[in-house]
Order: sequence, then C-alpha cells, then structure tokens
Amino acid sequence: MEHSKVIEKKFVVRSELGLHARPAALFVRTANRFQSDITVQKGRQKVNGKSIMGIMMLAAGPGSSITVRVVGPDAQRAMAEIEKLMDNKMNQ
Amino acid sequence: MKTFKGIPVSPGVATAKALVLRGQDFFSVPKVEIRSEDIPKEIVRFEESLTKTRSDLFNVRKKIAQDLGHEHSDIFSAHLLILEDRTLIEDVLSKIKSERVSAEYAFSLVIQRYFHAFAQINDDYLKERVADIRDVGRRILLNLRGEKADSLVHLKEDIIVIAHDLSPSETATMDREHVIAFATDIGGPTSHTAIMARSMEIAAVVGLGRISKEVSNGQMVIIDGNHGIAIVGPDPQTIERYASEEKRFVELITELDKLKSLAAETLDGHKLQLTANIEFPDEIPSVIAHGAEGIGLYRTEYFYMNRTDLPSEEEQFNAYRHVAEQLVPQPVVIRTLDLGGDKFLSSLDLPREMNPFMGWRAIRFCLTRVDIFKTQLRAILRASVHGNLKLMYPMVSNLLELKKANQILEEARNELRAEHKPFDEKMEIGAMIEIPSAALTSDVLAREVDFFSIGTNDLIQYSLAVDRVNEKIAYLYEPAHPAILKLIQHTIQNAKKAKIWISVCGEMGGDPAMALLLLGFGINQLSMSSFALPKVKKAIRSVTFKQAREIAARSLEFSTGEEIKKFAEAKLKAVTPELVGD
Repeated sequence: MEHSKVIEKKFVVRSELGLHARPAALFVRTANRFQSDITVQKGRQKVNGKSIMGIMMLAAGPGSSITVRVVGPDAQRAMAEIEKLMDNKMNQ
Repeated sequence: MKTFKGIPVSPGVATAKALVLRGQDFFSVPKVEIRSEDIPKEIVRFEESLTKTRSDLFNVRKKIAQDLGHEHSDIFSAHLLILEDRTLIEDVLSKIKSERVSAEYAFSLVIQRYFHAFAQINDDYLKERVADIRDVGRRILLNLRGEKADSLVHLKEDIIVIAHDLSPSETATMDREHVIAFATDIGGPTSHTAIMARSMEIAAVVGLGRISKEVSNGQMVIIDGNHGIAIVGPDPQTIERYASEEKRFVELITELDKLKSLAAETLDGHKLQLTANIEFPDEIPSVIAHGAEGIGLYRTEYFYMNRTDLPSEEEQFNAYRHVAEQLVPQPVVIRTLDLGGDKFLSSLDLPREMNPFMGWRAIRFCLTRVDIFKTQLRAILRASVHGNLKLMYPMVSNLLELKKANQILEEARNELRAEHKPFDEKMEIGAMIEIPSAALTSDVLAREVDFFSIGTNDLIQYSLAVDRVNEKIAYLYEPAHPAILKLIQHTIQNAKKAKIWISVCGEMGGDPAMALLLLGFGINQLSMSSFALPKVKKAIRSVTFKQAREIAARSLEFSTGEEIKKFAEAKLKAVTPELVGD
C-alpha cells in the first residue's frame, strides 16, 4: 500500500557549474517523471521543482545549499532519483 | 542624417529601408477585463496558443537543423522546456481566473515578472537566458493574438533589420533573399547576431547603442559593416558615396574571386601558405569559398561559452573530427583553450582579476586545470587520425610551460595507447609566440616544437603595454611599431635556424601592406579572417620575393611605427593600386 510521504533532504550543489540550464533541465525532467509534489528551497526562496523557470530563478551557484522536499505517493523513488542526480550527473 | 558608431562584425555595405523589430515594448499589453462566464474560453485560448507555439517551435527547429545543422537547432530545446513550464502556466491560469483578465494580459504580466526577476540575478549565463524566455513569450503572445509570428519570412523588397538584439528564432526564419544587413543596439563579435550575419554573408554592425529607438520603419539606412557605421536618413551625397563604395567593394570582390584557385605565389615563384582563422565549424564554407589552404587558427573557446557544463571529450572529438574531415588533406591548426583576458566563460566561476590579460589565462589556466586540458588534448589526438590536424598552445611565456604542456600531452598519448584508441603519432605541435619573452627566447622554445605561430594581437598588446580594449590609449596600438617588427623578425630567424615552419595568425597578417613585410621577413604562412584572404593573396601575387625582402629590410631603418606604416602602404600602392583606398 502506498502512503503519501514527506521526505526532506539537504544538498550542497557540488557541481562547479551550479544548478543552471542543463543541470536545471535535468532536475526538472527528472522531477516531472513523478507524481509527488517537489519543492526546492534556497534560503527563503521556495520554488516548484518541476519548473525550469523556478529552478533557474533560484540561481543556486556552486557550493550553495538547497533543500528538496518531496510529498506524495512516489516520494521515496523520486528522492532516490534526485539524490543520484545531485551526486552524479550534476557533478560532471 | 544621423550617424551611429558600433562594432563591425560582418563586412559589406548595404543601403535599404529599415525594418525595426521592437522587442522591448512588445510585452506591454492593455488590460482587458472579461466576464466570469468567459473564463473557460480564455483558458482554452491560452492552452491553444501553447499548442500552436509548440508546433511552431518544432517546425523552426526542423528548418534550422536542415539549413544550419544540429548545433544551432539545439537552442530550441531550452525553448520547449520553458513552454512546458508548470509554474508559468499555472501562474497565467490563476491570473485569468482570479483577476478576470484576458489571456494576453495575464500572460504579459507573468512573463514580465520573469524578465524582471532574471535581470536581477547576478549571473551572466542566466541573464542571457532572458533572450530565450523573451523569444518563447513573443511567440505565445503572437499566437494568442492570431498574428503571424514570422514577419520576416516573406518580404517583397530588400530591407535592413534593426533591432535591440536579434533572437535565434528571428534570424533562423528570416527571408534570406531580402534581408541584406543587420544593425543592433547591443552585442559583440561573438553575439548571435554577429555569427548569423557572417554565416549569411551579409553586412552587420552591433553595439550601436540606441539605434532601434531612433529609426522608424521604412526609413532609409546605410550599414557599413567594414567600418562599423550605421547612417540613418542619409542625404543624397552620402547615398551616392556609399553606392560607389558598394560598387567598388563588389567589383574588387569579383576581381579577387578570380584568384581563388590560384596559389599565393610571388611573381618570382616564392610560395606562401594562406590559411583562415575560424571560431565556429559553420565558418568552413566561407573558408573554402575564399580559397584558403587550410585553417591556421581554430579557436576552441566557443565550446566552453554560453553553457554551464564543461564540454565532454566526445563532443569535442566529434567537432574536431568534423572540421578535420571537411578540410582534408589541408591542415587545421587547433589552438588549445585560450580563455581569460577578454574571453569570459559562463561555465567556470573564475575570479575577477585586476589585470586579466596578465593573469590566470590560456596555457597557465590549462596547466593548473589539467583535467580540462587533458580532456581537450585527448579529443584533439583522437581526431587527428581523421585529417591533417596540428595543435598549438597559446600564451607560452617560458620553456618550462612548454615542457609541462608537452608532458601532459604525452600522458594523454599514453592513456590512449593503453585504451587502444588510435591517434596520429606524428601530429605536429606548435607554440604561439605572443609574449615578448617567448619571442626573445624563441631559439630555446624552437627545440620543443614543430612550428611557431605568432599571435600579433597579443604580442603588440604585451610589447607596447597597450590594453587593446581601452579607447583612451588605442592610438598607441601600433602593429608597425619597430619593436614589433624586430620581435617578429627575430622569431622568424630563430625558426629558420631550428628548421621549423612559422606562421602569423594575428590581424596583422590580414593587412595587405603588413603582409608584404611579413613575406619579406620570410614567414611561411599567414592566417587571417577568410574575408581578408583574397586581398592579401592579390598583394603577394603582385610582388617578387626579392622586392618584398628589400621592403622588409628597409622598413627596419625607420624610427617610428607611423613612418613604417606609411612606407608599407606606399609600397603596396606601387605594386597594386586597386587594393588601396578602401
């Protein structure tokens, strides 16, 4: 049975390129594969993780810390994918 | 009549009526209130405009991929993501519902909020993305209004496009028969407008300030892409003067075109190799059209610009291979990453320096960021089996740097050997001579390389201590300064002693008068912008090598750059009067 779950995780943007354009596009594409609501927060600014405009507006440069919050039935899988992304692909 | 001065980015002269694209105030839409029963209709209209824009973008992308290649069409992938953006769509829908306003008005408010927000972000890359958002936004709004998006697609007469800036989708779909020049308020030599103008081979001037606000549609305009001038509302004499200049330009081009398949050979049979400088692979057709015998400088910085990730080895390999294959058997000299100075990259967060031209740049940067450097070296090595590739290091200032660079190159070779990836073991390696210390110790450096390439722009800047970008001291920037000629002569002599070949790849080589001096000093190759090539060839074909040697020797007897310049120009005029006076 599936519960609506809330998972929250902090990440440091390790990519020396920040969470811009291509990395942002990857993030958004990944986020859109899931039903759960995904929000990304940097400082006091909070945006929809499924929106390219939102993510770009965060202007999360290298070394900045962001909080990703996933709420919904597939939260666990969504967060696992996001973690992979933050560890691997964006680090190139 | 009003004259604007800007940056010449694509040569040629054009006179025609202006067609002004006003991107700026496009998004101010009057507020239209609607009845609550019309809300669903308004939402449907908005959604239909998104669908229509989506299919428009797919068509544009297809057309661009056909016309210009896939590198250009990639731009539109970002456009499609913006179009599908949930936050944007939901914002517009909620505005329509809560404020009971038309879709046009709701959309214009939302998109302007984004422009505003992006403009405040302190990041050059993201600031540039505003152009993408504007482009998508413009299309959506036009579709909402039921207007045709492509006002430049079908034209009846020749026009000159004037804009604040041009977006990729505007330039990509415009009628190439009738758009004969561009002029924009902002931009530089590497801006999209400049690149497109060069690939369309039409005149363009950018960085004109406020031209888009001061010209009205249908007004007569002259664009002088040779000198970076735009004249609005010219008087009859000016029109006539430019008409004859245009005629002379065309005549000279036609005349020079006949030299295309002939060698760059002096009257007494001494041959020189004339090659082209390029920045983008799509300049290759122009290189071939102007009769270049290869590429003497292939700049690689563009790979690293306007993006936020680093180019992979595979991506670079494919591009280098593509260039090598198109030119084979002619040579292509790839310059390794020369970032810094006036070339800033969006993908690397580099510290701002007080003195960037003397700072952490070019080979200095590469020798500390070995990861980035080696990726490029591996890509070049792997591409070397697909054509006649050579590579050269920029900004070498001493022997140690050159040895270190060669050592990293050897590591890259060893890696490839271990991975059984083929490369040309005999690929020639060169050093750029653009710092006085390198020119003066060129005898020592010559032992480590197969060729030299003198980068005159930087050599002049460093020798004369003149910042190229500072207008106040621009008069001190003298290519014909005796100190420069002595450094060049010294370097050429050292190359000859070491039996390696030597080229000049700075702007000096593209000046026919200076080319005569370089020829006389014994240069083997001149590399220049492909547009300059036919004139230089004409100059070389008009003298004997003996004459050129005498001219070069005599030039060293003068005491100032001014005198040398006048002397060289007089000599050029004596051998080929047609080239002088434009």
